[in-house]
Amino acid sequence: MSREDYEIVIGLEVHSELSTKTKIFCSCPTEFGGEPNTHCCPVCMAMPGTLPVLNEKVVEYAIKAGLATNCEIASISKNDRKNYFYPDLPKAYQISQYDMPLCEHGYIEIEVNGEKKKIGLTRIHIEEDAGKLNHDDYGRGSLVDLNRAGVPLIEIVSEPDLRSSEEVDLYLKKLKSILEYIEVSDCKMQEGSLRADVNVSVRKKGQKEFGTRTEMKNMNSFRSIVRAIDYEAERQIEVLEDGGKIDQETLRWDDVSGKTFPMRDKEDAQDYRYFPDPDLVAIKISEEMKENIRKSLPEMPESRKERYINEYKLPEYDSNILISSKYFSDLFEGATKICNNPKSVSNWIMTDITKELNEKELEPSDIPFTAEELGKLVVLIDKGTISSSIAKKVLDEMFKEPRDPQKIIEEKGWVQISDEGAIKEIVLKIIEANPQSVADFKAGKDKAVGFLVGQAMKETKGKANPQMLNKMFIEELKK
Amino acid sequence: MVVSKEEIMHIAKLADLNIQENEIDEYAKNLQDILNFVDVLNNVNTDGVEETMGVISNSNVFRKDEIKEFANRDVLLANAPEQEDGMFKIPKVI
Repeated sequence: MSREDYEIVIGLEVHSELSTKTKIFCSCPTEFGGEPNTHCCPVCMAMPGTLPVLNEKVVEYAIKAGLATNCEIASISKNDRKNYFYPDLPKAYQISQYDMPLCEHGYIEIEVNGEKKKIGLTRIHIEEDAGKLNHDDYGRGSLVDLNRAGVPLIEIVSEPDLRSSEEVDLYLKKLKSILEYIEVSDCKMQEGSLRADVNVSVRKKGQKEFGTRTEMKNMNSFRSIVRAIDYEAERQIEVLEDGGKIDQETLRWDDVSGKTFPMRDKEDAQDYRYFPDPDLVAIKISEEMKENIRKSLPEMPESRKERYINEYKLPEYDSNILISSKYFSDLFEGATKICNNPKSVSNWIMTDITKELNEKELEPSDIPFTAEELGKLVVLIDKGTISSSIAKKVLDEMFKEPRDPQKIIEEKGWVQISDEGAIKEIVLKIIEANPQSVADFKAGKDKAVGFLVGQAMKETKGKANPQMLNKMFIEELKK
Repeated sequence: MVVSKEEIMHIAKLADLNIQENEIDEYAKNLQDILNFVDVLNNVNTDGVEETMGVISNSNVFRKDEIKEFANRDVLLANAPEQEDGMFKIPKVI
């Protein structure tokens, strides 16, 4: 038996922080960072006698996510307590949802090798995040910061429908883009606002039953997830091939060594003793509420793509890249509104902007300048105020210190010379300095013009308008 | 249903309780009493009684998503046995 005789089965539990202003059960801010324990109050610190009150936006956002992923929305739902001890969990239970989640039975469509595939969603439920443990300088103790405790999360549980790390990558990207489009989460991976628990098992092709699965918790980079799945599937196949069996256990992925390690003592088999939280009341979702939320859903990526192809006449390839992130898509639409040159905006996003993001390991959400500023940059090129090589320098500047591109070129003195008198002066100067090229031209070598234009550009540090230079050289040389 | 010694130990572990060998029988008996009582409840005829989710019949008690800062970290940390850099200091967690 070999690797090819096995099939990999993957299911994901994705936790996504909701972008509400306040926590799920109290009015503390959810803002990332901040001095330790300054976004806290007696409720999220679990002081005796305090009571949770559910944030209505959390319910709305979770339903929004459910509708955008084709889920059925419950008409009645509730919160349950999940009991376990850990120092980042001040109540010693997490308020979550057990048997009556807000959303169930949805799916997300991905495209694998040109074919559409539906990945089932078991459920989406709401819950609270835990705090953060820091280590003290001397390694003598741990320090608890509860700023994140009580930040609202949705957990999106997939069916075990994924069959390769590539499918997982596509699924996660699609899910992230949906959450961004409906504006319920900013999905900032570096800030941990999107994290996944990954369940992996393998089975022989054709076998009906699933193999025993292992779980890797709290992974927050798509790249690590892909690597971890490939490693873990390989490891399981090797164990089975050697006649061994897989233990159902929780593993820790180590990015540096590229290996998985057992994390928990098996005796501590999960036993969370869920029960309905008596401090909270039932959540009832009326048809009217559901319809109102449905109406508030923005235009989804597929529909935007159609528009880009039909209205803006962009190729499908370009359109796919633009809709891959809401931030790209919004940037594209906003800039196009200003400059009315969709193809040029799309090119800037797909080439120079993407290149800059990749080099700096940034995400589209990190683009510092506005759509308006990008639109203005394209206008400056289209009007001939700057050349495209200068525009690249302006874009660099916009990444470093975002401001109006017009201001940048004024400050830097990058305005293209398009004044006829000034151009003529340069042309005459260059002609005088290069008699050989003039002779070449007169002898029929048209290429000599290119050389002269090059010299003029050098002389003006790229600021002269190349089209005008070209035209005027020919005029002067023909005299 | 009879509560076994193993179950008592398991529950004690989950609840982070330190139970001595000689206390097990007592706990088993107490828990058994509770389970017997629940059994009585389980056998009550509830035909025609509407299902409820808790003792409170209210639903949809929500809060607006508006920030109210508590802004008094010192008070929140006042009872901490040990603190450092504005955080609770606890025994080292691996």
